[in-house]
Amino acid sequence: MAKIVIRNLRKEFGDFVAVQDSSFTIEDGEFFMLLGPSGCGKTTTLRMIAGLELPTSGEIYIDDEEVSQKPASQRDIAFVFQMFALYPHMNVRRNISYPLVSQGMPKAQVKAKVAEVARILGIEDILDRPVGGLAGGDRQRVALGRAIVRDPKAFMMDEPLGALDAEFRERMAEELRALHDRMNATTVYVTHDQLEAMQMGDKIVVMNHGVVEQFGTPQDIYDHPATMFVADFIGSPSMNFLEFGGRAPGGAETVTLGDVAIGVPALREEAGGDMALGVRPEHVSLSDAAPYRGRVEAVEYLGTTQIITLSTPHGTVRARTPSTLAAKTGDLTGLAFRTETLSLFDKASGRALRTAANEGVHHG
Amino acid sequence: MSAWSITEPSNRTKWVAGTLVILYALITLIPLVWIFLTGFKTPPDSISYPPKVLFEPSLEGYVNLFTTRTRVTPDQLAALPPPANFAEEIVRNRDMVIAGPSKFGERFMNSVIIGFGSTFLSIFLGTLAAYAFSRFKIPLKDDLLFFILSTRMMPPIAVAIPIFLMYRALGLSDTHLGMILLYTAVNISLAVWLLKGFIDEIPREYEEAALIDGYTRFQAFYKVVLPQAATGIASTAIFCLIFAWNEYAFAVLLTSGTAQTAPPFIPTIIGVGGLDWPAVAAGATIFLLPVMIFTILLRKHLLRGITFGAVRK
Repeated sequence: MAKIVIRNLRKEFGDFVAVQDSSFTIEDGEFFMLLGPSGCGKTTTLRMIAGLELPTSGEIYIDDEEVSQKPASQRDIAFVFQMFALYPHMNVRRNISYPLVSQGMPKAQVKAKVAEVARILGIEDILDRPVGGLAGGDRQRVALGRAIVRDPKAFMMDEPLGALDAEFRERMAEELRALHDRMNATTVYVTHDQLEAMQMGDKIVVMNHGVVEQFGTPQDIYDHPATMFVADFIGSPSMNFLEFGGRAPGGAETVTLGDVAIGVPALREEAGGDMALGVRPEHVSLSDAAPYRGRVEAVEYLGTTQIITLSTPHGTVRARTPSTLAAKTGDLTGLAFRTETLSLFDKASGRALRTAANEGVHHG
Repeated sequence: MSAWSITEPSNRTKWVAGTLVILYALITLIPLVWIFLTGFKTPPDSISYPPKVLFEPSLEGYVNLFTTRTRVTPDQLAALPPPANFAEEIVRNRDMVIAGPSKFGERFMNSVIIGFGSTFLSIFLGTLAAYAFSRFKIPLKDDLLFFILSTRMMPPIAVAIPIFLMYRALGLSDTHLGMILLYTAVNISLAVWLLKGFIDEIPREYEEAALIDGYTRFQAFYKVVLPQAATGIASTAIFCLIFAWNEYAFAVLLTSGTAQTAPPFIPTIIGVGGLDWPAVAAGATIFLLPVMIFTILLRKHLLRGITFGAVRK
């Protein structure tokens, strides 16, 4: 298994810049998520690591070896495609053994290896079936089998659950994670589904418009988003932004919205101009005593919790509260925020301001 | 009353459609059946009026096709030893003896060599070109493709005179190589365009998977892409073969001896000893066989091939 280092990676297709100066490190054995909306460059990044696209500039190190201009066949990497790309003219066994045949492995050894992989994945009974008639989950397992059979340095997975229906997806996500934990293989996984990324990943890179927005653990990214894009993209419902203008000196522990002072983690830099106060829905509580006021616009009941939409002088706020809390459309109420969870953004750049809370969180 | 479905045709519709298709097939088959039957008629039967549908079959046409014959006087005929085989017997009934084999076998082999040779070459070059056009960034790709297609925008025979002169200068007239190159040149544009369509339909992921699995680009091409493109290759091959096999005008113009193919040869039979329609029909029947066998062998690919693009996976 291998450590993968990406340095200043860039890819242009004609005039279009698909990936701009991306840098991040994938530690040995990590389950690493490339997350972003479609067209953000995550798949292109993955394909560059695998060698299916050559970067315009930048370096890719796999185990300290610079491979960015090497063909895919020389990188010793396995790739699981979204559409699985099982060789349709071969049966399951030949599909799985194909990477071994290319290495010239003796037949008996190939057979033993395929049997072992089939056992791990629980597909021993379909080994001699053609791949055409397989169900989605089995195709996925065969694709995984083809990937793990030759013990590659790393696995690349391009939305491998995207082609499965919802029911299978959850099961395969668990299987994938379990498989990873068992093999401890460096895995790079592309997805646009933030829940999938949070659920499975050890680390996440969030990309947008070809730029790495943030790189860190799921907790860091969720709790301390580095940019407004990340804050908005991760979490459902997404983070609320209360937009305000003003100044705050370094070290300030409150910001003033209208005429209400709201406690924030101590600022580590001077702030001024248009800003946004970011607050997660679950960190908003309704309390008549709170000085910051809002009006209930809608209530969505979700079982144990409910989402309350409130209008405030600085924008709409959605709060996640226990469903036992009584709230009626039209009610006027106070909004309290949990100070240590708040983020402050500079609106012009979208960047999170440095505070006592997000200090030390890696910015991409 | 069974449930009525808008997608599944009713039994009556199927029955009517089936009858129509069979009827159409029978009508289109009539000329072929007539040629086949004429091959087994005697020359008088073949030109009798009204035409004979029922007749006593004879192999005279086939004997005449494969032999050259000389007329002899009754005295000479009587002096000959008894006929050694059925062919000689048939010929002697017409006051003739077999003088030797005809050139049909040779001409037929020329057709096989040139037809299959040019088909193979068209497919070989066409597949490589189509793959490159389908997968790689090529400068001026669209213009090149249009240029390739434009070679089909006039009838090939329109350039017959330049080709005739060119072939004479190059020494390619009446050679197998010359005819193979010529038919390949005509067929290649069709091959490139058809095959590009088929290869475009094969997802790139298959090759990428092979590249990742440790194969080179060329290995990925012939181990993964080619088997997937078999359908397209088969149907394209049939189209190419049918053209090269049936081509008449260039064959008349450019071949006369060593490389003459069957199409210009068969009509020359007519000139030998009167209008020998059974021999012509016999030649046509035998001439049809290779294309028919080739098509039957590849027919499971052909059906998908000629409807390609119409049905998405």
